[in-house]
Amino acid sequence: MFLINCPFCGEREQSEFKAGGEAHIIRPKQPTELSDDEWAEYLFMRKNIKGVQFERWNHVHGCRKWFNMIRDTSNDQIKAIYKMGEKPPVK
Amino acid sequence: MSNNLRFKTSKFIDETYRVSFKFNNKKYFGFKGDTLASALLANGVHLLGRSFKYHRPRGIMTSGSEEPNAIIQLHDNSSRTEPNVRATEVEIYEGLVASSQNCWPSVNFDVGGINNLLSPILPAGFYYKTFMWPASFWEKYEYFIRKSAGLGKSPKVADPDIYEHNYIHCDVLVIGAGISGIMAAKMAAKNGFKTLLVDEKSHLGGSSIYDNSEFSKINNQITSSWLEKEINEISKLKNLEIKTRTSVAAFHGYNFLLARENLTDHLPINQRENKVRQRLLKIRAKKVITATGSIERPLIFNNNDRPGILLSSSIKKYIDLYGVACGENIILFTNNDTAYETAMSLIQRGIKINAIIDNREQIDSKISYEVEKNNVKIYKAYTVVDTYGYKRINKISIMKLSKDGQTVIGDKTKLNCDCLGISGGWTPAVHLFTQSGGKLKFREEDQVFIPDVYPSDQISIGSCNGDFSLEEIIKNTLFSIKKFLNIENSEYKTIEIVSGLNLSKRNIWLLPSDKPIGKTKSFVDYQNDATSKDIKLALREGFRSIEHVKRYTTTGMGTDQGKLGNMHALGIISETAGTKMGEHGTTTFRPPYTPLTFGTIVGRNVGEFFDIFRRTPIHDWHVENNAKFENVGQWKRAWYYPKNNENMHQAVQRESKSARDSAGILDASTLGKIDIQGTDSSEFLNRVYTNAWSKLAVGKCRYGLMLNEDGMVYDDGVTTRLGENHYLMTTTTGGAANVLGKLEDYLQTEWPELDVYLSSVTDHYATISVCGPNSKKIVSKVIPDLDLSDERFPHMSFKNAKINNIKCRVMRISFTGEHSYEINIQANYGKSVWEKCMKAGKDFNITPYGTETMHLLRAEKGFIIVGQDTDATMTPIDLQMDWIVSKKKFDFIGKRSLYRSDTIREDRKQLVGLLTENPKEILEEGAQIVADVKKSPVEMLGHVTSSYYSPNLKKSIALGVVKGGKNMLGQKLIIPMEDKNINVIVADPVFFDKEGERLNAKL
Repeated sequence: MFLINCPFCGEREQSEFKAGGEAHIIRPKQPTELSDDEWAEYLFMRKNIKGVQFERWNHVHGCRKWFNMIRDTSNDQIKAIYKMGEKPPVK
Repeated sequence: MSNNLRFKTSKFIDETYRVSFKFNNKKYFGFKGDTLASALLANGVHLLGRSFKYHRPRGIMTSGSEEPNAIIQLHDNSSRTEPNVRATEVEIYEGLVASSQNCWPSVNFDVGGINNLLSPILPAGFYYKTFMWPASFWEKYEYFIRKSAGLGKSPKVADPDIYEHNYIHCDVLVIGAGISGIMAAKMAAKNGFKTLLVDEKSHLGGSSIYDNSEFSKINNQITSSWLEKEINEISKLKNLEIKTRTSVAAFHGYNFLLARENLTDHLPINQRENKVRQRLLKIRAKKVITATGSIERPLIFNNNDRPGILLSSSIKKYIDLYGVACGENIILFTNNDTAYETAMSLIQRGIKINAIIDNREQIDSKISYEVEKNNVKIYKAYTVVDTYGYKRINKISIMKLSKDGQTVIGDKTKLNCDCLGISGGWTPAVHLFTQSGGKLKFREEDQVFIPDVYPSDQISIGSCNGDFSLEEIIKNTLFSIKKFLNIENSEYKTIEIVSGLNLSKRNIWLLPSDKPIGKTKSFVDYQNDATSKDIKLALREGFRSIEHVKRYTTTGMGTDQGKLGNMHALGIISETAGTKMGEHGTTTFRPPYTPLTFGTIVGRNVGEFFDIFRRTPIHDWHVENNAKFENVGQWKRAWYYPKNNENMHQAVQRESKSARDSAGILDASTLGKIDIQGTDSSEFLNRVYTNAWSKLAVGKCRYGLMLNEDGMVYDDGVTTRLGENHYLMTTTTGGAANVLGKLEDYLQTEWPELDVYLSSVTDHYATISVCGPNSKKIVSKVIPDLDLSDERFPHMSFKNAKINNIKCRVMRISFTGEHSYEINIQANYGKSVWEKCMKAGKDFNITPYGTETMHLLRAEKGFIIVGQDTDATMTPIDLQMDWIVSKKKFDFIGKRSLYRSDTIREDRKQLVGLLTENPKEILEEGAQIVADVKKSPVEMLGHVTSSYYSPNLKKSIALGVVKGGKNMLGQKLIIPMEDKNINVIVADPVFFDKEGERLNAKL
């Protein structure tokens, strides 16, 4: 079970958090102008990487804030945590 | 008690404290400090059970948690009965009752023993191969297989014991209190680390605590004396917590570990009352030191499973720690020096050693010369080729090993014995390390897997790290711990170590026999009766992966998880396949290390504490008024209120009729309520609901439908505009938390520019809905100051009001199609306002109704219930709710998905009404809908989602989803049931008061 450093509350048990899938997928500003394929790309396509992955997490049983996490899915090492809207600190 | 097996030597046994216990209905005596295994051995009992598949007699093999054979049923028929308990781990107490498993009628005469004779036709995969055909016979086979499957009996009544969970946070966790664990704990605690030391045994010191050998010394003291002083010292340390009888079950990532602490299992039953039996410790450690030691390997030879065959180190432990001799004429069989330590312990007490059979050609160590000096015959480069004795070993035959160790040569010699100690060297206990994600490497020279890459802040020390000599253990422990904890002071000055052991080993995974392998039974997994023959068969049949061989032969799949034989299985596979050991890797080590009881896993979360119950403020009234409850999410909702022995149907019919004829009252407090404030609230609602919100006037209510981004209906509810920038949203009962989460997600991540604040107020208000033609009269009595005229307070509007000076909000909204009011008041006044309504409604036969009647009334009106009439595949268009989808709005969640090629298909499943040809016939919810039953295969068009008998329409009504149902109005369809086909007509989903006259009727 991870120990997650919430950027607002500090280090907490994983059980307080909820994973929210891949990060940095921006909702299209004008969905109506997209083709079915383009919309499907936004709606369904996810990378699901074995290795370093950018993810969204929510401190659902804490401050309820969303934030981003960089995690290596092959060994569960958390590389970085940063707030929504911030640039990833590592590539 | 047979006195010649018990020796007065051990400080761990209290010989003044005699304990009586029963095994297989026979009374025995032991002493305080004994395990069930040591006490039985002291009584000369070796035969404890029968093996799983062949029902072969089996005895005690080990002295610890790795025991594969001596698993027993504890407490027999009492409510505490527990199967598969290792006799080697049970500390005896006065009145203990235990019995053998997997045998009938008794362990001495077991009918299942026939399987042993049938073993030539019971090879690996026998069940898979034999019972697969014909497929239709499986049910018959299964009946018999089930009967013979499984070990032991599970309890039939509730567990009387108490369990609990504890969280522990520490700087350093040390697992295992052997010599290296003790040293590590001392170094950590003395250097200011908050340290926890755990060990699965009742005593500290591991196997070194009974190492009284003159051949290995620390600072010129025998090991046990030196260690005892160390233990005395650490038990006084303030920074150090020590937990014995505590077994670490799981080592997860980020140094999160689960351990089971046994608190009362060693006490007589009458001393356990009101005490916690076992505790699950949830440990979060900054640093973990694993010092779990190693497990002695057996040797794999023909008939290596008879009662009386034990690990050599266990024979040593029984004599040194418990003062129990495992036999009176013992032979040791080894490939390394540790058996000679056992020999010395036996020799010192005058126990006869008939011979030592050693695989090695060259034996060159002080201790071996000492053993030889005591007139023990040592057979060098010999191996055991067979053993004899059905219920207890009485003889072995030995032969000389060829140079390469692959065959036997020369004549067979037979030797008598009543006990055979076997030693195949040591396997580091790396289970916890690998569970944590650690990677192993294979050390060629002594054929062991040892820790290589650590996934977290942890270290393995001592023999679990592959250090086997006393000198290595101590030196490497000091060095590694200093580095690991980054400390200057090791707390130890110079340590001088003398060891008389030579570490050489002649490793032969499968020892040769004079018989062909097909005629031998060399057990690799004792508990599951997997032999070397089975493993070779699996390889011949094409299995290559170790994980597949494991599952096919069931090697390592018993309750002991192959702690003894897994290495040999790997060895035999690599030898047979001609590959290098280590290339195959190992099978996965999974938690728990030793089995956990269900009690420990659930802790206090039993009975009413199994899950959280949420009760409405009016809950007590429902209970007092005989309500039946249903679970909706975590809520307990009143389901129906039976009167005078009514059944559910009768109660619901009565409630439904009263609600439409006069007045009904519903506790709607469980609906989710979200308070929305901020200058962009209207814009926010525009984006999350399918319909438009900007023009909703203050004081008005509107129904909204919320979609997922994929266009599927997600939630619904009525939202009220309380002020210019203030809304109160209601959600479904079950969806409340998810809706709030979803809205927060969009606010924080997609639209952070919006000035909107969300707050859950579900628990803050009680919600009472009064409906029916007399609802206005009732509410006017409860809130006389409120103007209820239809002009001032029309349908879908809201008013602030006061009841006895307490502020409340009244909405005129309806889920039943009746004229109705919803009173929202601070939760703690909920019950009194409910009672006021009941009093005010007495003359109008106000009828409390539950969720079932609510569902019926809304179905009459064709209102959907999200999650019942919808699943995650229904768009608003599918629900025939096009009216609620704004065409004008630029965007809202899910809008784009509503015209994907898939969502605009005409033949999607669509919500329709269904009327049975026979109006008395009530459909089953979930039943399939078809058009043609003769077509093969029958095409499924959809299914029934809601179905009721309507007392107001006096006929059966149903809602369902049907492919292309929108265009099938009036068409006949069929609901095929087990015993008949029911004809239905597709109808409009609104069955009752389609024009909404009742809502707007002047009352």
